[in-house]
Amino acid sequence: MCLGVPGRVVEIFEQDGIRMGKVDFGGIVKEACLAYVPETEVNDYVIIHAGFAISRLNEEEAQETLAILREMGEDVPMGEFTSR
Amino acid sequence: MKYVAEFRQPELIHKLAGEIRRTVTKPWTIMEICGGQTHAFMRFGLESLLPPEIELVHGPGCPVCVTPLELIDKAIAIASRPEVIFCSFGDMLRVPGSHADLFRVKAAGGDVRVVYSPLECLKIARQHPNREVVFFAIGFETTAPGNAMLVWQARQQGIRNFSMLVSHVRVPPAITAILSSPGNRVQGFLAAGHVCTVMGYWEYEPLAERFRVPIVVTGFEPVDLLQGLLRTVRQLEAGRHEVENAYERSVTREGNRPAQELIARVFEPCDRTWRGIGLIPDSGWRLRPEFAAFDAENRFPVGDIQTQESSVCISGLVLQGRKKPHECPAFGTSCTPAHPLGATMVSSEGACAAYYRYRRSL
Repeated sequence: MCLGVPGRVVEIFEQDGIRMGKVDFGGIVKEACLAYVPETEVNDYVIIHAGFAISRLNEEEAQETLAILREMGEDVPMGEFTSR
Repeated sequence: MKYVAEFRQPELIHKLAGEIRRTVTKPWTIMEICGGQTHAFMRFGLESLLPPEIELVHGPGCPVCVTPLELIDKAIAIASRPEVIFCSFGDMLRVPGSHADLFRVKAAGGDVRVVYSPLECLKIARQHPNREVVFFAIGFETTAPGNAMLVWQARQQGIRNFSMLVSHVRVPPAITAILSSPGNRVQGFLAAGHVCTVMGYWEYEPLAERFRVPIVVTGFEPVDLLQGLLRTVRQLEAGRHEVENAYERSVTREGNRPAQELIARVFEPCDRTWRGIGLIPDSGWRLRPEFAAFDAENRFPVGDIQTQESSVCISGLVLQGRKKPHECPAFGTSCTPAHPLGATMVSSEGACAAYYRYRRSL
């Protein structure tokens, strides 16, 4: 129900006065409502949930998160495997 | 897929798991409020990477699971009417009501349709001017923007043969209810990333302060989940209780303002009964009085409904994080996804269904 999937906006158009877009999810293109992300442009990434873009994905933040994690210390071996 | 694959890299997953193991010194009980996150933890086998000190309990964040039985029965009664085209998100169709489910209504000839976007209902209503189109508007704050837009547009476009059966729920009052209950064991929360995408996380700051619990806004990929967990554990170990955002690429403190504005124009807070839990004050949204004409409960007299829950099912305790699914006598025997006794076994986000799918060896 709260599954949101990131996709790339490939086209923006209007339908019945509502801002809509075509969004590419790694090859599958679906229509979604863009009314809640008014600043979005073609080629931006958005998070789509039940046919609506709920946010414009902040690509800088995403890269920064990954950069911080890559610099983190190495993995430590797990003690004995615990099954819970 | 971009912005998915990067957050599933094994190297980063193991780094984070290692950091969690290094950080933990004592046992902690942490709740992921969102059923989507429960499912992701299981699906990616992340629990096996965690130290035994960390116990994850699963929250009530599955709208399919907590939709009250009375409302399912109302949906079934409305969907059975010959003039109605009943539209719903797909995962509601198998939820057992007292005596049937929406699939059974469809099998008996009822016009029950699955929609991906709520806006599809407008097209269906225009195509069938002589029928009554009813949408089952359920969900947390994540589905509210779409459902609000649907009813707003129905009014704008003058579509009269449309109404909504509304059962919206909100996360913060549920967290309050869990933390206020005498048997509470939860010491920290992972907050649901897509609920916070819409609502922001300013609402959670007073909760963290009042109950002295860390709340970390968390995304849905393995790296997101472990990062949320690591930040929660760091706070617990340091005795801090703050709201942190571990899903920066989608969530801001203020959330999605245009979405919040339309939600507030269409819905107003109300008390709501949660299946398996009971009444939680101010935990729901209902249509504002100016949208009463679009309220299916006003349009269709389905008053006197006698509900009847399964006597064996412990889904209420599971939804509150007090029991684990496999502690139910019916789990995996008389209750399976093919023959569910309770909603937590039906929904793909329900804790019981997740345990059945991924942890049957327990």
